[in-house]
Amino acid sequence: MLFDLVIAPFADFGFMRRALVGAVALALSGAPIGVFLLLRRMSLMGDAMAHAILPGAALGYLVAGLSLGAMTLGGLLAGLVVVVLAGLVARWTTLREDASLAAFYLLSLALGVVLMSARGSSVDLMRVLFGSVLALDDATLLLLASVSSLTLLGLALLYRPLALETVDPGFLATVSRAGPIAHIGFLMLLALNLVAGFHALGTLLSVGLMILPAATARLWTRDVTAMIGVAMASGVAASVIGLLISYAQGWPTGPAIVLTAGVFYVLSLGFGRAGGLTRSRAPRRHLRA
Amino acid sequence: MTALRFRDLTLAYDGHPVVHHLDGAVARGALLAVVGPNGAGKSSLLKAIVGQLTPAGGALEVDPALRRRLAYLPQAAEVDLSFPLSVYDFVAMGLWRELGPFRGVGREAAARIAAALAAVGLDGFEARPIGALSGGQRQRMFFARLALQKAELILLDEPFNAIDEPTKLDLFALVERWHGEGRTVVAVLHDLALVRARFPQTLLLARDVVAWGPTATVLSPVNLARAAGMVEAFDPAADLCASAA
Repeated sequence: MLFDLVIAPFADFGFMRRALVGAVALALSGAPIGVFLLLRRMSLMGDAMAHAILPGAALGYLVAGLSLGAMTLGGLLAGLVVVVLAGLVARWTTLREDASLAAFYLLSLALGVVLMSARGSSVDLMRVLFGSVLALDDATLLLLASVSSLTLLGLALLYRPLALETVDPGFLATVSRAGPIAHIGFLMLLALNLVAGFHALGTLLSVGLMILPAATARLWTRDVTAMIGVAMASGVAASVIGLLISYAQGWPTGPAIVLTAGVFYVLSLGFGRAGGLTRSRAPRRHLRA
Repeated sequence: MTALRFRDLTLAYDGHPVVHHLDGAVARGALLAVVGPNGAGKSSLLKAIVGQLTPAGGALEVDPALRRRLAYLPQAAEVDLSFPLSVYDFVAMGLWRELGPFRGVGREAAARIAAALAAVGLDGFEARPIGALSGGQRQRMFFARLALQKAELILLDEPFNAIDEPTKLDLFALVERWHGEGRTVVAVLHDLALVRARFPQTLLLARDVVAWGPTATVLSPVNLARAAGMVEAFDPAADLCASAA
């Protein structure tokens, strides 16, 4: 019974195994990115940037059809341009990072949909908006795995300056020039992950495996490292469970994964040990001093 | 040996000066208090020394040997206290110049962190989240980080504001220790009693320099009255300053 529900779908179908590998790769790198997005109060900005990728990918599509290379390259270029511009604008002008992005995100989404529609069918459009986890080919899988590895490596290198820059940017600036490097480096990794997420979960949901696991983790622990661990675990669990639900119920896969991550989040809101509702409102035992 | 030299230094926001034609020098190893009314340019002066504010006129020279060994405690640090970080890790930041982005905290460094925490009376607080500290404990934490920096030029901007008397005395003992070790300390303060009792040199600033020298002569009733009269007289139609060279 349990075997039929949990193992058989992956054992019997190659597309399920591919989807599993792709989703797990995304969840592993998305989690730490999401944790820093959350701690830097950039959660909504990540979403805005996900949309900024669409026109680039759509241009790639116009040139070469549904080609992995062209759409990845287009999306990545668009994402990097936006990400670096937003970072520089925030660093060197009085405008905050979020200020210019809200308008930008609507424009990009609208432009992307128009570009896609100029040549493609509505099926292609759906695929771009909501992804195609069940149709990952070798090249796409390789891309997801590479992005995931690169992200984990990059974050390991940037970890300390990135954390310090988030806590006390003024202090880091007086002792080191690493602040801007960590900031821009993080934004570039974000763009990479958004493009990877775009292939699997689509432009509208690609931040799902970043923000939801990170928010879940924040409700369970007060330690950054532990937060990344919890976020990874909850992202991977959401991927597996979401895939199985989608298989059993015939739901669209990307949304099923994001919904599962959402259920974890809502449960954590209620019961999380570090700030969940039941914990923060109930009277608690306290020490003598 | 001069640590800092100001040559006709003017600092301004939107053309309105907050520090006006400042001349003078701070010797290596000095313990200098900067006092004056609100809006007198005290914080701006520190920001300019750190390099966060570009002079609108004149020049500011920091001894190159000290530039890299400078520690600055701003008045309102932009610290995100909701970040999930322990007091220990926060204080350990003070070792950045030695550890950089990758090196771990070795045994010697761990001992120094423990000593810094003990020196500010925060031993036992290592594992607390930084957001769970009181205002006084937070300031103690900032001082512990500052102590770890081994800085030769230390800039403090109103470090004892909203701090109770025992905490102030504890933290000031640290400042005096740094002074005793020959480090240069410039502190912006409002507590004139503390300045009179403990600071050999004082700069009384009220946009223009009112007086600069031995504390006892600088903080005379006449000078203080002059300084109070010069506060924040903001004239939207002010003429261009003619004393500019």
